[in-house]
Amino acid sequence: MSEVNSAVPVHEQPIGTTGLDNRKLGIWLFLATEVMLFSALIAGFLDMRSRGPSGANHVLNIPLTAFNTWVLICSSLMVALSVAAIEQGKTKRLRNYLLLTLLFGGTFLSIQIFEYIHLISSGELTPWGSLFGAGFYTVTSVHGLHVFIGLIWCTLTIIWTMQGKFSPKEFMRVEVFGLYWHFVDIVWIILFTIIYLL
Amino acid sequence: MTADAVVGTGLIRHGGRKFSDYFIFNTDHKVIGIQYLVLSFTFFLIGGVLAELIRTQLALPTNQVIVGSRYNLVLTLHGTIMIFLWIIPAFAGLANYVIPLMIGANDMAFPKLNALAFWLLIPGGLLMMASFAVGGAESGWTAYPPLSVTTPLGQTIWAIALQFIGFSTIFGAINFLVTIFNMRVPSMGLTQMPLLAWAVAATSIIIVLGTPVLSGALLMLIMSRVLGAQFFTPAGGGNPLLWQNLFWFYSHPAVYIMILPGFGIISEVLPAFSRKPIFGYKLIAFSSMAIAIFGFLVWAHHMFTSGMDPFLRVPFMITSMIIAVPTGVKIFSWLGTIWGGKLRFTTSMTFALAFISMFVIGGLSGIFLASVPIDIHVQDTYFVVAHLHYVLFGGSVMALFAGVYYWFPKITGRMLDERLGQVHFWLTFLGFNLTFFPQHLAGLQGMPRRVFTYAPEFTALNLMSTLGSFLLAIAILPFLFNALRSLARGKVAGPNPWRAFGLEWTLSSPPPVHNFPTPPVVDGDPYGYGERPIPGPVGTPAGPPAPAPAPSASGGN
Repeated sequence: MSEVNSAVPVHEQPIGTTGLDNRKLGIWLFLATEVMLFSALIAGFLDMRSRGPSGANHVLNIPLTAFNTWVLICSSLMVALSVAAIEQGKTKRLRNYLLLTLLFGGTFLSIQIFEYIHLISSGELTPWGSLFGAGFYTVTSVHGLHVFIGLIWCTLTIIWTMQGKFSPKEFMRVEVFGLYWHFVDIVWIILFTIIYLL
Repeated sequence: MTADAVVGTGLIRHGGRKFSDYFIFNTDHKVIGIQYLVLSFTFFLIGGVLAELIRTQLALPTNQVIVGSRYNLVLTLHGTIMIFLWIIPAFAGLANYVIPLMIGANDMAFPKLNALAFWLLIPGGLLMMASFAVGGAESGWTAYPPLSVTTPLGQTIWAIALQFIGFSTIFGAINFLVTIFNMRVPSMGLTQMPLLAWAVAATSIIIVLGTPVLSGALLMLIMSRVLGAQFFTPAGGGNPLLWQNLFWFYSHPAVYIMILPGFGIISEVLPAFSRKPIFGYKLIAFSSMAIAIFGFLVWAHHMFTSGMDPFLRVPFMITSMIIAVPTGVKIFSWLGTIWGGKLRFTTSMTFALAFISMFVIGGLSGIFLASVPIDIHVQDTYFVVAHLHYVLFGGSVMALFAGVYYWFPKITGRMLDERLGQVHFWLTFLGFNLTFFPQHLAGLQGMPRRVFTYAPEFTALNLMSTLGSFLLAIAILPFLFNALRSLARGKVAGPNPWRAFGLEWTLSSPPPVHNFPTPPVVDGDPYGYGERPIPGPVGTPAGPPAPAPAPSASGGN
């Protein structure tokens, strides 16, 4: 991923005609595609839930997932703090906050996997057993995959931090990762509300 | 080439200097454009062979060439390949090559993402072929459940292949949007962009908003097939219309993904060979955007007979008819462009003119189909097959060939032979109409699509159609021969063989690895034919021998 030995010409200016950095415009467009993906999945979930018996979500552990939601929100706070840290040029602090992001994100994913294992092994909720289950597993697994990709991305960002790639003038990669992570967080808040609470 | 080029080694390279550069993770938009074009053209040939199989089977109602599930397999793959592995990536390839050149950029915004988007097509294409080998993708390119849930294994591979292709298009679209809006030379305002850039921007907006919905639907299909989810299965309480809604929410806009870049190409070709400025620049540009937006409001016209709420048919009929308005605006703008011009009937121009007339036929049958009573009558008949081939072959493919003949000299530095080009054009034009026009008649009389046989009274029309399809197959041979011969010893093109406006023509042919050593300056109308001198060197290129003047006998202004 290093820019130095990259075959891409280095004289390109990332700041473009609109005054925005290419990468920032790119990530916003990518998030637009993600909005559409989750919209389709949520539409499918809502359709399935409306066709199944009401109260199908009673098998879900709301206190545990509420805690898990809090964990994910904490990870978002850590990302916000890491961006603030590099704005002030504090690289070590950036690294530490990113490590905390990794910790909170990893906890979220672990709890989600634990929930899956419990629900499937007990037979309370399976993708094949009910319409609610079909919708539930499709939406939440895609979200979980996004968290997983985010964890890899976060790890890469930590590596770049340790390689000294970021400074108060150049930290777009941290910002772009942060936008992605906040998005994944926001999607979860919507999913938690729709799937667990309503 | 020039010394400023950063020569990549190993598996990631930049620039096409030697043959092997084209078979590697190359980050040069020009190399990627050629990679796209060659790969998609290969799939065009594969899809064409499948089409000939279908037509051979349908030559006579009693034929036994491919019957039953094997016929279904072939028609599914024909549709899927032609849409997802030929038209969409071929336009992406052409745009990849010319868009950065047209807007004065040295490359796309994200060169690595650009290469990744291309290379995602390889697993996508291989899996698609594997699904054919395994067998099972028999539900047509629309993959309606419950059939698509119960077909054998190949359907799952088909769905996974489409996911790869979907990711490829999404990454490509993000890249195009950032490139077009953020990489233009500062002197080029939005309304000085070439219309192809507007068209590709509109296309990319559709892809960004539409393709993820297909990804979601395919994911539900994969969940249904692999994990037994009951999304689409009525027996399990699921909803088959959910698939149709999600699928057409993407796939109707997808027809604009397949035609808008064609509109853009036509808007480049017509002024260049009419020696007149484009008529109604802003109307053409904004109508592309209008189509992109309205395209998302019409999807349920594919479902008039699917059991949707009958009340909803009326609004969808109205929106479907409204979308004909921006399309009509374009047609009349093009007619205004060629009106009173000094037309030069190069092969590119003849394809462009054929595009207009064939697309109008397809567009008119589209308005027929948008109206509910007629749609109920001809749903799932050959009338629909005729309609979609008039817009996708008569429209998209004709536009693609217009673009290929137009930019081939820029891409390769060599001219294509015009006489062979005319042979290619006329065989294509006649073969196309002979193949698909009779299908209107068969469809109106009730011949159902997607069946390997038919009632004997349709024999004459089908035989005609099959003969036409053989003509179409033969038509591709002069093109192949022409392209290969020109690559070897075609006439040297020089920087601007058509004496056209547009920044791509100010560079040598082919352009240097780093397109613009200094940022070019844009002043005035991008189509100032007859109003101001052609910018850039018409005659003195960086390339080796002296340039050739305009090749056609009748010179422009």
